[in-house]
Amino acid sequence: MGKRIGMEVSIAAAEAVKQCNVDVISAYPITPQTHVVEHLSELVANGEMDAEFFCVESEHSALSVCVGSEATGARSFTCTSSQGLALMSEITYIASALRLPIVMIIANRALSGPISIWNDHSDVMSIRDCGWIQFFAENGQDVYDQVFCAYRLAEDKEVLLPVIINMDGFTLSHVIEPIELIDQEKIDQFLPAYKPVLSLHPDRPVTMGGIALPGIFTETKKAQEVAIQSSMPKILETWKAFGDMTGRYYNPVETYKTEDAETVFVIMGSYGETASVAVDMMREEGRSVGLIKLRLWRPFPFEEFKKATLGVKQLVVIDRAVSVGARGPVASEVKAALYGEDQRPMVYNFVAGLGGRDVAPQDFIKMVDKAEIEIEEGNKEGYEIYGVRE
Amino acid sequence: MTENLNVYAVRTLTQKEYFSPGHRACQGCAEALAVRMVGKALGRNVIVASATGCMEVVSSPIPFTAWRVPWLHVAFENAAAVASGIESALKVLMRKGRVPSKKIVTIAMAGDGGTADIGLQALSGALERGHNFTYICTDNEAYMNTGIQRSSATPFGASTTTSPAGKVKMGQTTWKKNMPAIAAAHNIPYVATACPSYPIDLIQKVKKAANIEGPAYIHILSVCPTGWRSAPELSIKLGRLSVETGVFPLYEVENGKYHLNMDFPKLKPIKEYMKLQGRFRHLTDSMIEEIEKRVHKEYEELKEKAKKGV
Amino acid sequence: MTKPESEWTWKELPPGTTILEPGNACQYRTGDWKTLKPVLNKELCIHCGLCYIFCPDMSYALNPEGYFIVDLFYCKGCGICAKECPTGAITMVLEKEEEK
Repeated sequence: MGKRIGMEVSIAAAEAVKQCNVDVISAYPITPQTHVVEHLSELVANGEMDAEFFCVESEHSALSVCVGSEATGARSFTCTSSQGLALMSEITYIASALRLPIVMIIANRALSGPISIWNDHSDVMSIRDCGWIQFFAENGQDVYDQVFCAYRLAEDKEVLLPVIINMDGFTLSHVIEPIELIDQEKIDQFLPAYKPVLSLHPDRPVTMGGIALPGIFTETKKAQEVAIQSSMPKILETWKAFGDMTGRYYNPVETYKTEDAETVFVIMGSYGETASVAVDMMREEGRSVGLIKLRLWRPFPFEEFKKATLGVKQLVVIDRAVSVGARGPVASEVKAALYGEDQRPMVYNFVAGLGGRDVAPQDFIKMVDKAEIEIEEGNKEGYEIYGVRE
Repeated sequence: MTENLNVYAVRTLTQKEYFSPGHRACQGCAEALAVRMVGKALGRNVIVASATGCMEVVSSPIPFTAWRVPWLHVAFENAAAVASGIESALKVLMRKGRVPSKKIVTIAMAGDGGTADIGLQALSGALERGHNFTYICTDNEAYMNTGIQRSSATPFGASTTTSPAGKVKMGQTTWKKNMPAIAAAHNIPYVATACPSYPIDLIQKVKKAANIEGPAYIHILSVCPTGWRSAPELSIKLGRLSVETGVFPLYEVENGKYHLNMDFPKLKPIKEYMKLQGRFRHLTDSMIEEIEKRVHKEYEELKEKAKKGV
Repeated sequence: MTKPESEWTWKELPPGTTILEPGNACQYRTGDWKTLKPVLNKELCIHCGLCYIFCPDMSYALNPEGYFIVDLFYCKGCGICAKECPTGAITMVLEKEEEK
């Protein structure tokens, strides 16, 4: 284990981007992403990083710039949140269809309205279908590590898909955590310079972004779908290689004390750490509780998830966003994953922590209490927005 | 013909075509002709970022492409932003030695809708940041590709499908947005207007724009027989008339100094230009007179600016 | 020969559905679109090249004799060449009238 430094997570993320020798960074400020781009601009201004860094006039242009630069063969990066993500959402679909390995960090923040600068997952839930590979980071070290994994995975000739790293806004972006930095020589071996398969250059003129008539559109989407499904072995390979290098092994689905657990939380992002404290507290009292941390959101890890939930009686799925008019998006996905199984756990869906509302270990305990009552009453599923003042 | 040049000068142009035949533009499309001429001006060492529009759709129906140079289309409003990304990538890749250093021109191409309306923000940002690229607006004066709807570049009085000539409203009720002036207000090194009816002038201007350091903006009037309701064979004549009547003067703005490329002792009557286009056929004589007054006023103002520049 | 779009399988598509062959639109016969076609009277031609430069479909090319000859495979019959010819050497005629 190397030396660990206390660092603000946004700064660590920016340092990781620097260590990846990113070529082009386009920036537009939005709380709570600002520290990432500010630090990157300092690194470039001080000559510590050789990149084209420039501030654009909107987030839509921020991602458009990355599409242009990545298509030309430059490793590109941008970062945004909430409204910025909503504004550039049109381009996210195009970036993945064009198979451009852009990496983007989203400092997750609630989508307006009403306007809120605080953390929840509604921003990234609005682009579930955009075709990017999507990770959820649990802590600062995770954010830092995933930047390297993301570029290596995205640029793999058999993947060529853009990657989103979700970093909870404020809850992660603005806290100081112990970060173990990786030596540059190791990074240079883990992540070589980007060699595009196809790029814009006069020596080999190609046309990117043509119009697809009905006779061919379906095939283009099939090709894209196959690409993201086939990325799964590459994701596992990348995380294994990363683990071999650093000793930190990441998995699409991570379990905590789920052996013989009857009730298991399903959580994405930084709440995982808080929930693990609650799990420890409940285990002390002899309650049969565990935790599943979903690290990989897209492509959804159906097989790994089914394996992790074998024998579980009850899933308490925590959503940090609500699909208004439906329910929680993660719970919907979880239910879809388990629909075909002979033995299906009961699923209780809590929507918690909207717009930065704090959720403490005691709240997780209350959620399990509630879910256990429901199961005694014979309900197969439940749904509620947790902690609403009536 | 009143072109101020030797008719044989056309023979001095390159015979190479960088935009191939077989594209799906309408008969007589002067916008396709403009793109063809831009291709001749620039040669093979370019990368083009196009916005959604007529030229994008007619040139790239998968699996066919009319582009013989590298080309990228992303969306409607971001040609300038995509071009900014391409230009920056070339800069940094050559600096880091990953791409051999040589001159590759970055071009952003969009229609009037993708420039003056939805694309204005990205254009303004790219011009302000000073990227080394050339922005080419091919202006057919409406959203032609989606069915002839009005844009802010539609001329006053023109009938379009969303500014139709009716009983209460008589076509476009606002004056054409002055895009070259907006570009010039960003204090960029080079702004020019051009028309494919004057091929040598257009090609020279595009070459000049590609050779200067920093952003350049070229506004090309592109006659559209389908949208303007004019006969396809008149596309070149109409472009010429737009210049000769003062509706679309040919000028350059080099580092803020205006220079009129063609002046006429007397501008032709605007009726000669309008009567050949169905989109103006509902206009009364008094409306045409009002329009002509304004055209002449703006022409005089342009001449004043050009005088000061000398 | 590039297959039409309705014949491609998903496996054949390059990444990002990028089109790898520059200018392959030249395989597409836009000449089917025309009703009128240009006919050249060589005696009136002054070899200026205006028909060539003003064609939006790049249908004119210089032949070894020095005349600009139209390629009817692409010509859409817009009539610009006939209109702009300074000596009236080009006339537009109905395609049906001629023997193909």
